[in-house]
Amino acid sequence: MTITQPPGVDTPASEPRKPAPPTFRQRLGRLDVKLSPYLYIAPFWIVFALVGLFPIIYTAVIAFQDWDLVRNTGEFTGWDNFAFVLQDREFWFSLRNTFSIFLLSSVPQVIVATVIAAMLDKNIRSKTFWRMGVLLPYVVAPVAVALIFSNMFGDRYGLVNSVLGDFGIDPIAWHVDIIPSHIAIATMVNFRWTGYNALILLAAMQAIPRDLYEAAAIDGAGTWRRFFSVTLPQIRPTMIFVIITSTIGGLQIFDEPRMYDTNGQGGSNHQWETITLYLYKTGWGEFNFGRAAAVAWLLFIIIVAIGLLNFAVTQRLIATDTMAKKSKNLKKVTK
Amino acid sequence: MTAISNPLKRRPKYAAAVSTMRPHWTVYAVLAVFLIASVFPFYWSFLIASGDRFTINDPNLSWWPGGNFLENAATVINNPAVNFWKALWNSIVVSTVSGISTVVLSTLAGYAFAKLRFKGSGPLLVGVIATMAVPVQLGIVPLYILMQKFGWTGSIGAVILPVLVTAFGVFWMTQYISQALPTELIEAARVDGCSMIRTFWHVGLPAARPAAAMLFLFTFVTQWNNFMWPYIVLDPQNPTLPVSLSILQANYFVDYSLVLAGVLLATVPLMLLFMFAGRQLVSGIMAGAVKG
Repeated sequence: MTITQPPGVDTPASEPRKPAPPTFRQRLGRLDVKLSPYLYIAPFWIVFALVGLFPIIYTAVIAFQDWDLVRNTGEFTGWDNFAFVLQDREFWFSLRNTFSIFLLSSVPQVIVATVIAAMLDKNIRSKTFWRMGVLLPYVVAPVAVALIFSNMFGDRYGLVNSVLGDFGIDPIAWHVDIIPSHIAIATMVNFRWTGYNALILLAAMQAIPRDLYEAAAIDGAGTWRRFFSVTLPQIRPTMIFVIITSTIGGLQIFDEPRMYDTNGQGGSNHQWETITLYLYKTGWGEFNFGRAAAVAWLLFIIIVAIGLLNFAVTQRLIATDTMAKKSKNLKKVTK
Repeated sequence: MTAISNPLKRRPKYAAAVSTMRPHWTVYAVLAVFLIASVFPFYWSFLIASGDRFTINDPNLSWWPGGNFLENAATVINNPAVNFWKALWNSIVVSTVSGISTVVLSTLAGYAFAKLRFKGSGPLLVGVIATMAVPVQLGIVPLYILMQKFGWTGSIGAVILPVLVTAFGVFWMTQYISQALPTELIEAARVDGCSMIRTFWHVGLPAARPAAAMLFLFTFVTQWNNFMWPYIVLDPQNPTLPVSLSILQANYFVDYSLVLAGVLLATVPLMLLFMFAGRQLVSGIMAGAVKG
């Protein structure tokens, strides 16, 4: 001990045949081992406590208050804010729009992304080029995408309407009618995210053992059969991941509807106002923070509910699928 | 059949062909259509942005760009309300600072979760994952009140603080380090007398470098494009690029050649980044998918 002990460190000399008391360095070392992990994760928890945990808890407090912006204090008003929001037609309009835009964006997106992923999964030339190509829209800001597409979907002279005109279709009022405005906004979302999701699905497809395809081919399965009977079942977990993340993102959509026209109010008749836009208008348009906090909680509850629903549905799909497989096998055996 | 049970022997021609065959031309056709759809909106914007205020209403729009792009870009840059240079600088600062800070703090925490034994590490990691599921909007009102109390509204500090480190980053680094860094290396460094932080610095950090680079890229892109919170908390005089684009739209809604010129200007920096780092971005997304 005394040999390894560095000079200049003042430690009590150890007596022979007695367990040596830990030297200063040893104690320091032990402290280092014990404390270091906590020190390493501390920055995350400090930031999270300040900008994550505190705001979430405080949202619950403010939601029950009539918040005074000038004095920065609130007065307890019970469920008033929630009652107001739930009786506000604007809230129900924005709920409808959010779901409509979400469905119009997520369903086609997952289908197209799966097709593109299947194409990328083939043994194509210059793989990196194609992969980068489909990802390009992802790096562009939603605000920029929204400005480009809101012009392409212009009511009078927009590119889309003039192309439709070439086919003899009457111009569509993209910024007036409800469903057309939802289609236009969903197109922006799809434009930005389809390629990104295609890459995620591609990664899942590449993890499928090639032997499976070869075995299927030997059994006489063609391209389509291999896709539906090998690829799709194998990538199902990743697909669920994509669907759930796009749900969480889709229900919070703000940038695109905000930038869809110059007013950013979600349309003269709330045609494309979403819940997050409603939250923004309540909080920073009317400066009613209590009510905005109530909207935030309602949004959160909706997201959790849809997430659970998603989970239940996909679980059931998997369950019925394996059941079907089992019954098929049974049939084979009985034959 | 023997060929399948013994992979060393030659496989039957047909079975081998499934995965090595060059695909039918329709595969390239589908991909090309998708790629054109991805690029076309930018080209169309350039057509409008290189014309004048009447170009967007021109029923016989030429597919060849006009010559006004630089002029339009200059008009946007020189408009005092848009604050282009300030917005560009702010965007660079916000994205870079949050990128570096997220990488450093996430790597530290990820290393601790993946490789160090300490009481409560399991529940704390579950806590990190749980925080990922909480939407940003849930806390946005109190966050604003908090920034008002700090007196930070209008400054980019209010934009940077909430994204100094993210739960996603911690989770990502934990996943990567736990499989990429052999525990023996850490033990070896410890036996050789490295302190905990030196072990992290000389063993943990180098091993985490590939994942750290990807995390930086993702954080950078996300913060560059982030709109809602900066839009709420910043002033028009001190915007980030997406915020300044929204001002641009409000200012020039009659002249879309200027609006779209501004859109392209704001997009160019990320296009450049994409040209250099797009490959890493692609592999990052694909690596994250397999693990997540």
